[in-house]
Formats: sequence, structure tokens, C-alpha cells
Amino acid sequence: MTALVTVESLSHRFGQALALDAVSLTIQPGSYTVLLGPSGSGKTTLLSILGGFLQPTSGRVLIKGADCTTMAPAKRPTATVFQDYALFPHMSVGSNVAFGLRMKGVPKAERLAKAAAMLKLVGLDQAFEKKPHQLSGGQRQRVALARALVVEPAVLLLDEPLGALDLKLRRQMQDELKAIQKRIGTAFVHVTHDQEEAMALADHIVVMNHGRIEDQGLAERVYGRPATRFAATFMGESTIVPGHIEANGQIRTPLGSFNALGEAPGTDVYVAVRPEHVTLGGGIRATVKDVVYQGSFKRVTAALIDAPGFTLLARLPADAAVTIDGSISLGVNSDKLIVLKN
Amino acid sequence: MTRIISTLYAAAIYGFIFLPVAVLVLFSFQGTLFPIPPFNGPSLRWYAAVLGDARLTAGLANSVLVAVTTSALATLLGFLSAWGFARFHLPASALLRGLITLPLTVSYLIIGMGLLIFFNWIGLPKSLIAAGIGHVVINLPLCFAIIYSQMGEHQANIERAARDLGAKEWQVLVMITAPMLWPALFASFFLSMTFSWDEFVISFLLTRFDTTLPVEIWNLLRAGLNPKTNAVGSLVFGVSIVLAVVFEFVAFRKRSQ
Repeated sequence: MTALVTVESLSHRFGQALALDAVSLTIQPGSYTVLLGPSGSGKTTLLSILGGFLQPTSGRVLIKGADCTTMAPAKRPTATVFQDYALFPHMSVGSNVAFGLRMKGVPKAERLAKAAAMLKLVGLDQAFEKKPHQLSGGQRQRVALARALVVEPAVLLLDEPLGALDLKLRRQMQDELKAIQKRIGTAFVHVTHDQEEAMALADHIVVMNHGRIEDQGLAERVYGRPATRFAATFMGESTIVPGHIEANGQIRTPLGSFNALGEAPGTDVYVAVRPEHVTLGGGIRATVKDVVYQGSFKRVTAALIDAPGFTLLARLPADAAVTIDGSISLGVNSDKLIVLKN
Repeated sequence: MTRIISTLYAAAIYGFIFLPVAVLVLFSFQGTLFPIPPFNGPSLRWYAAVLGDARLTAGLANSVLVAVTTSALATLLGFLSAWGFARFHLPASALLRGLITLPLTVSYLIIGMGLLIFFNWIGLPKSLIAAGIGHVVINLPLCFAIIYSQMGEHQANIERAARDLGAKEWQVLVMITAPMLWPALFASFFLSMTFSWDEFVISFLLTRFDTTLPVEIWNLLRAGLNPKTNAVGSLVFGVSIVLAVVFEFVAFRKRSQ
């Protein structure tokens, strides 16, 4: 499959600060890519460069094989959904959605029909005549989506599109975004700092930090086998402990020794354990420090007795008998250990 | 006791401000030849005299023409310069913004004299056009300041969205930026009208045969007081009030949104 978008060693400086550091990335047709990272990680800078709002200091952007690096936003086959929606406040919802077609010289009757169809797709067919200020935040979000999609972009860029919505609405919109993306088959590139949102939406997750891509791939892979320590901590919770590979091929850690899979003896590594891979009963003796009842499970923080100063985060069954300051023995599913190179 | 004193004080202040105007308006309805007590009226004979005076009606028409065209021009130029300063990184932006608003602090007399000397030098004769240019000079800084204050980053994003959807730069200005800013544009236009309408010094210095109403009133006053000056003065005052109310309404509406 040929890539729809190819980003070649893109760098961008804001004055002295390096916002993007030689980032390379490919985006497949019809995929849902999520750029995930904390603020300042460069994810929004990357999106702005894809949209043409920012010229990179160096590197290239190819869309459908054509070099778009210096092409104006209007000329390139992308459309952007802005974080604050950026709807035209003086125009009706219908005119907002039809604007892009109007700029392309599409006749009035045709563009209004297309706008109405697109509003129907996002579930807002009743709002055609309304003004943006008469709509709720979630509805404005849909209008912004319809306005960008109606021009049939090859790539739709979404800049923290759900950031301004409350949690319940965010989860609902997230499902709808995914459904709409699957229905129309346009490639979406979505920026967020919410890892749950990223996992729910993405075919391809790109974890970014300090202007670099830390890890990218399927959500299951990035969560289950993160490539770096940052990716492991940013994507979900985990306990990270130092480890040392012994001559006999075992990793010695404060949690005990485990089989190391193909790591060279003598190296120092980190080992990450997801809370759901910690089981009740096993060789690790600990004291319960904190219990948070979450309904379907208990989130337990336990201090290791044999390795003072280390704690282990566990997700235990809701009916597990654990009390604060009580003793507990825990086990770790060694197949699921994540070994991170130092 | 304090209440009575403060009420009297307030009455004195408002009396000080408005009594001269009230007297002017009252004696514009005088039935006899002199605008002095006792009041004989009311009568509209002096308003009829104003409207029958060809020089005054010509001055009125000139004033309206100058006020409307110069305000439109000042608003347009103010809008474009505000947009330029708000949307582009210019070298020494703060200094240039200061320079563009500087005429607000310079007296009309100095501006008028400067323009008179300059127009003399380039060979532009005294005329309504010369006075009109003067009115643009005094009103442009005001329009710029009002419109610039209303341009924010949120609107910049909206303009970006329009560009992303294929709008050319002039289409962004005409279809997006100007409509979003219409309260500020409208307010600038009416405030400019208010200032242009009763501006005297610059019009006096820069016009000769065709001139504006305030200059015609001054010509009339040189012949001595009569209720006709009161009548035309009341007309000028009335129009100023209407313009000021429209401006207040627009500006207030903007704030309450």
C-alpha cells in the first residue's frame, strides 16, 4: 500500500526551541492516526505543518506523492478542524458548511444540497438555518467537522477536537468520530493528550515527546510493548523498576528475577509492569499502602517488603480482601513484562 | 443634608454644561429679531430662514458629503491598518502603532496648518477635498484604535479556517474579517461622522469658496447675533446628538453581547 502522507525528517524551531526534531512518519489511506503527547511535545506543530499553517525549518511533507511542504493551506488536499472550532459567527450553519464549496465555485443549489447532506451525516440536519452561537459545544464541533469534510479532503486534520467538551460528551463524540471516519473512509489525523481517547480512536498511534516520535504503531502494540520508557508511562499506568541482565540470562529486579528475552547479559534495563498483570498470590511480599475501589476492580498500591523504597501498582479483583497496612503477596505475569532499554 | 448639597452640586454641574445649549436651542424658537430675553415664541421663522439661505444649505450639503466620505475612508483605512498590525509580524510594530495614533494628541490647529503648508507646496488648492483629507487624518487614528482593539487571536483562527477552505486573501477580508468586526466598523464610522460634522479649525483653514456648515456659521456670526445662528446651531447640535447616540448604541450593544 502506498502511503497517503509521507513526512520526511521534519524539524521546526521556534526561536531557540526545537519543537520538532527530525520527525518521519507515514500515514496510510483510510487510516485513523492519533498524535499523542503532552503539551510541548510537538504534536500540534506537526499538525500545523501538515495543514500548511507553518513552514518547517527543514524536512518535507509529501501528500499523494506531491511535495506540499511550502504549499498554501488552500491549495493542499487537507482540511482542518480547529480546537476552538473557528466557525464563522456571522453565517448560518448551512453557509458555514457550504463555504469551502462556495470558494471552489460550486453553484449555489449544489453546494447547499451537499452541505445539507453533510450536516445529516454528522446528525445536525435540523440546524441548517441556525447561527453558531445558538448551538451547544458538541453541535459546534459537528458543524466544524461537516465544514471540513464537505470539501472532500484527502486528509482531515483535527486539532484536539474534543478538548473543549465535558467527559461524557467527549466519549460520545469520540465514538461518532470513529464511525464517521469508517463510513467516509477519509484519513484522519487527530491530535490529543488524552491517552484513552487515543486508544479508542486510533488505527495508528504516534506517541510524541520533546519533538520526537517515541513510539508508533497499533494501539495494542504500543500499550502492550511500548518502545520507550516515556511511551510506557504516557500510555496507561505501570510500575517501572530498574533491572540488570545477569550472565545466566535472567533479569534481576526488585520484583524478583525473570527470564530475559534476547537481551545481552550485563546491560542495565528498566522493567515495566501494567497493573492488570499483577496477580494476587505469588512470591512478592508487600504492604498495602493505598486502596481505591473503582467498581469493577480495586486499584492497589503496595510497598515491597524485600526491596524498600519500591512500590507496585496492581489492579486486583473487586472482591479481593485487602486492607491498608495489611500484608499481601503478589505475583507478576512474567510473559507480560515490558523490558525497556535504558 | 449631604443629600441636598450633593443634589444641588449635581444640578449646578449639569446646569453649567447644558444651560448654554438649552438657551441656544430655546432662542432658536424666538419670534422676534434678537436672541435675547424676553422669549417670544415659539416660532419656526428662523428655521425657515436657515433653510431659505442658499449658503447655509450648501454648507449643510457639503458637511454631510465630507462627513460621510471621510468617515467611510477613515474606517476603511483604519480597518486595513488594524488588520495589518494584528495579523502580520511587522518590524518595530509597537513604534509604528504609536505613530499611527499620534495625530490624536496633536491639536487640530497644528494638523490644519501643517496640511495647509504641505498642500500649498504640492499645489493642491484650498477646497473640500483638502479639508476632507484633513478629516481623514484626524479620524484615521481613532478608527484604527477602535478596530485594532477588537481584533483577537480567536478571529485569526477563523480567518485561518477560511483560508484553509480555499478563500483568497481579499475574500477573507470581505467575507469573514469585516462582517465579524462590523460593530467596531460601524462605531468607528459614526464616531468619525460626529467629529467631522462639527469640525471647524481644519475646514476653516483648508476651504475657500465651497465650505462646510461650521465655517458658514462662523461667517454668519461675524455679522452679529440673530436667532438664525441659534437655529442653525441647534440643527448642528441635533445631528451631533443623533450620531453620538447611534455610536453609543453600537458600542454598548457590542459590550453587552
